[in-house]
Order: sequence, then structure tokens, then C-alpha cells
Amino acid sequence: MATDCTLVAELRFLAAADRQRLIEALREAGYAVHGPRVQEGVIRYAPVERIEDLPRGWRDIQEPGRYRLRQTDENRLFAWAAPAASLKPLVFPPREILFHARRDADGRLRFEAADGAAPKLAVLGVRACDLAGLYLQDRHFLQGAHPDEAYRRRRRKLFLVAVHCAHPADTCFCAATGDGPVARYGFDLAISELEEGWLLEARSHAGQEILDALPTRAAGETQRKAAEAAFRQAAAAQRRRLPGGDLPARLGGRLDAELWQAVGRRCLACGNCTAVCPSCFCHAHVEETPLTGARTTRLRQWDSCFTAGHSLLHGRPVREDTASRYRQWLTHKLSGWHEQYGRSGCSGCGRCITWCPEGIDITAEAAAIAGEEA
Amino acid sequence: MTALPMEAEILTRREESPGLFTLHLRLTDSAAQQAYRFRPGQFNMLYLYGVGEVPISIVSDPREARHIGHTIRAVGRVTRGLERLRPGDRLGLRGPFGNGWPLGDCEQRDVIVVTGGLGCAPVTGAVQYLMRRRERFGHVNIVQGVKHADDLLWREQYECWDRMPDTTVLIAADEAGPLWPWHVGRVTDLFDRLRFDPAQAIVLCCGPEGMMLAVAEQLQERGIAAERIWLSLERNMQCGIGLCGHCQLGPKFVCRDGPVFSWREIAPLLRVRGR
Ligand code: SF4
Ligand code: SF4
Ligand code: FES
Repeated sequence: MATDCTLVAELRFLAAADRQRLIEALREAGYAVHGPRVQEGVIRYAPVERIEDLPRGWRDIQEPGRYRLRQTDENRLFAWAAPAASLKPLVFPPREILFHARRDADGRLRFEAADGAAPKLAVLGVRACDLAGLYLQDRHFLQGAHPDEAYRRRRRKLFLVAVHCAHPADTCFCAATGDGPVARYGFDLAISELEEGWLLEARSHAGQEILDALPTRAAGETQRKAAEAAFRQAAAAQRRRLPGGDLPARLGGRLDAELWQAVGRRCLACGNCTAVCPSCFCHAHVEETPLTGARTTRLRQWDSCFTAGHSLLHGRPVREDTASRYRQWLTHKLSGWHEQYGRSGCSGCGRCITWCPEGIDITAEAAAIAGEEA
Repeated sequence: MTALPMEAEILTRREESPGLFTLHLRLTDSAAQQAYRFRPGQFNMLYLYGVGEVPISIVSDPREARHIGHTIRAVGRVTRGLERLRPGDRLGLRGPFGNGWPLGDCEQRDVIVVTGGLGCAPVTGAVQYLMRRRERFGHVNIVQGVKHADDLLWREQYECWDRMPDTTVLIAADEAGPLWPWHVGRVTDLFDRLRFDPAQAIVLCCGPEGMMLAVAEQLQERGIAAERIWLSLERNMQCGIGLCGHCQLGPKFVCRDGPVFSWREIAPLLRVRGR
């Protein structure tokens, strides 16, 4: 099935020379602005002040177990695929305080909530796969019987500038998951990037206000066509896909397959995949007690189903070997999420493939286990 | 964000056997105390200052919700710390969490309660509940399995229940000395002696997973529908509210969707090893 890459909204053109104005408009509206930057050999979201902070001309090469950057003299700022980290750390930080507990001299306990302030934050250059990832985190943290207040506070303050993706990596498969390369929901403003500038579309009221503050003019039909062609090409270039059919049912029938053992022997159980995955939500509660014990702090920090501690029960892990932990990870993503939250837990961002030291590929493993050739 | 714990005070402490103790708690905030309600089979997260939290099921009667009873085995860092607390000491409490036993559905039915292991707290509360409202239920079968005869707790309690009308108490120990009055072997050996009408009976079971599997399979073979066989599961639990991910069993969050599940719902998940 060909991926729909049409741009239906009204598009405004912002010339490349005026791109700085977007950052200014966001700052004037009170947002701290984060955008992609080249840092420590990867592209990742970090605070940006000037448009020059963005990775102009940079390209990424992502393959199983491999991530490299190279520079070109192109004028584009977004000619690369999924950054090293998704939006996840911005809404669900790797470590955060749950509460403080105090004990007074006569043994009484008092519990204090953590400081709850969340700044207004705009993020530039968010891909469709990561908007889908954010939707998945929203489902988990906000839509149950116990919505997570800290997550909600941060989430409400987010302003998202999407970039429809014209530069997928070898590891990407958002076209197959139906989440990209064109962003369809969850953003305030979206960019279609051309060499001469940006085509902008607003999706929210806040997005429209920012757009109105920029020196744009109506985009030309040729520009729209050029952008759409680039997205169609981006979809067609993706070679990976997940097995089709009713995947939860197919995997459900293969829980005892020998192949889990085979991948379990390759997997180092390092947990990289769970850390980089935009949908993984697991976290451990830990206690931090200073030596002067009048106040302790309870925190939560990212955890991974690849650790023994994750399933520890009465001193022993329920999932004893790496094979059973890999099975938990893959079946949770591709099967459990459907029952839990109504869709697959994978948005096709490809990070788990890129950042796996062994280059284990979720699409290949899922295909092999579901019983088809990759 | 996970709600803050409430402060609770220990009212009484009873040593059941070495390493096993029962605490009765009362929330110190009177509004919290008024608002607190629970169902048997639900659990609380108990917080020991400076150490951490553990999920512990509630064993006391829901009619007396201001006194919250917990039977605790000292096996880990937190529970060993809780063991050292005494009446008047304070701890933190979040809860109640989970779904609890379908005790409403037990009314007018024959009930089979099967327990394995030492002082299996999740059903102890349920049995007390049934026995205090005895007239609402059909024949009540209480089946308890222990590894060694010496492990049987609350022996007088079982003897007392055994004398109640329309109640069958069956006890099995894997190993026992010559003076053991009950069965030597497994709980499932005793199933011929159960009294129930399979068309309407309901089963409440808790214990080691292997034992629960055997119990559920055999009672289903004896004609009880899978949706009327209920098991209380245990998993690593850290948040209690379906967020931290540790208690997942297939697509289920045991803390939130359970800990009590019907055999129909959970059999395919429990049958897979290391799930
Ligand atoms: S499972 Fe892999 S490809 Fe899918 S969303 Fe997570 S990191 Fe991306
Ligand atoms: S169980 Fe594993 S795959 Fe699922 S969210 Fe947690 S860490 Fe990710
Ligand atoms: S205990 Fe945290 S999700 Fe169940």
C-alpha cells in the first residue's frame, strides 16, 4: 500500500534566510526552545538560541549497530532521520523525584510532593515517528485511572514543531507502521523543508499564532509538489517492515519458539533498546537516603525489562534468561500494546536497531518468529 | 505522579510464626481514615521510612476499614525492616490497589478456597469474610496445602471452621509426622472430598503458581467453568497503579487488572514459562 504523502493544509513559505525568526517568535511567546544539535557525535535535542545551532548540512548514517554523521554543504537543517533520543526524556525524565519523606523526633512521618514547576518548552524538528511515540507515552501516563501529574504538567507545556521527513535512515520503517514519514497529528506547527526554505502549516491555535508572527507568503504549487515528492520518495526508500496480518495473534502462537533462544544468545541484555525507544515506559522506584537521616527522597528512574531486577519476585527473577526478556520486550511492543493501548507500541523509528551493539533488528526477529522470511 | 503515601500508625502487632507477623494499622489523618475503603484481595504499598515500599495484601475485614490488617513475611529489606516496628511506630501507606476477590459473586454459591504455602494472606482475609457472613454462601470448602506439617498456621482457626455447619476443611502437608491428623500429599489429592455443585461453584485460589495451575486445571476438569475459577497472582510491583511496568504479565498489569484474575483470562498467559 502506497503511503499517503499529500499535504492537505494551507502552506506558507518561509525563506531560508528568515528561519531564525521562528526561534525568535517562540522565545517571544515565552517558550524555551530545544532543537536538534550535533553533540558528542550524535544529533540530539538540546537548548538552541540561534538557527546556526541547528545541524545545517549534516547527514546521518544509521545501520544496525551503527550511527555516524557526515557534513555536506546543503542548506537544509533537517536532512537526517531520528535523532539519538526521542521526545521521551523531555516528558518522562530518566530520573525524577516522586516525593520527600521527613521523620521528626517523635517518629511522625511527613510526605512532601516534589517541586512541580514545568517551563513552556518548544521543540523544533520532531519526526512523525516521535509524535507517534509521544502519543504512546500519553496513552500510558495520562489515560489510565491514575494519570501521572508530573508528566501531565510537562506535556501541557510542550509546543511541537514537526518536520515531515524526507531523509529516512536505513533503519527506519515508519511507512510500514503507518506513522510517517508525513506527520499527521500531535504537532502545533509542521515544516516541509526545501533547499530554499520551509513550507509551514499550523495545526493548533498556538501554532497559528506563531505562524502569523512570521514573514511568510503563500507557498507555490510547485513547492508543495516538490515536498510531497520528497516524502513519497522517503516512504519508498524504506526497506524494513514488520510482518503483516494479525501480528499479536501470530506472535501469541509462537511464545515457545526455539528462535527466542537464538536471539537470546546474541542479545547482551544491555537495555539500550528500551532506553532509546520512544514508547518504553518502565521505571523503578528507588530510595535515596542521605547520611543525616531527617529527610529521604523517593525517586523513579528508567528501568528496562532486560534487567534481572525488573521481574524480581521473592528474590528471583520471573524472567530468568535473556531469551525470556527479549521475548517480553518484543511481544510487549508488538502485541501487548494492542490490548493495553489499542495500537502497536512501535512507531518504526528504528532506534533500537541503530543502538543495539549487536545490531539485532526488531523487524527481522519479528518476521523470523512470526514465521516469515525477513 | 504517584500520589503521596499517607501516614499510618501501628495499632497492634502479632507474631504468627518466626518471620511472619500481622500488623494492624490506622491512618493518622482522620479525613483519610474516613475515606479509606477496601475489598478483600486488594493490597496496599507499605513504605518504610528510608528503605522503600512493598505491596502487601489486606487481610482484615472491609467492614472495619479503619483498622487495616496486613500479614507480612520478613523476606526482603523492606519487610525485614517492617518486622522490627512496634505499636506506635509510623509507616507510609498508598492504596488500596488492585481489584480484589469477586466476593459478591460468591453469594448463594458453593465456594472452594484453595491455598498453598504459609499463611497465604490474600485468601485468609477472604475466608474470614465468608465465615463472618456464613449464611450468604452455599457449601464452603477450605483447602490448605503446606510443605511441612509444622508450617500450618492458625491451626485452631481451621479446627473451628471445620466445626461450622456446611463447611469442609481439608488440609494437606507434603511432609508430616505420625500425629498429623490430615492428609499427607498434595491439595489436589483432596479434591474427591470437596462438596460442590460444579454448575454453580466458585473457586478462590492463591499460592505458588505451579500449584495454582494444577488446582485450576483439575477443578476445571471437574466441571467448574474457567470464568468461575479465580487466582490471585504476584509480580514485582513498584507503583501499584499501572505505570512502572514491572508487574506486566503479557498485556496485563497485575497491579491494576488483577491481582485476581479468572482462569479463563489468565490461563494462556500463566501456561507460558518465564512470562
Ligand atoms: S521498538 Fe524500535 S523501532 Fe519501534 S519505536 Fe521502539 S525503538 Fe523505535
Ligand atoms: S516491559 Fe520492556 S518493552 Fe515493555 S515498556 Fe517496559 S522496558 Fe519497554
Ligand atoms: S506495579 Fe507498577 S505497573 Fe503494576
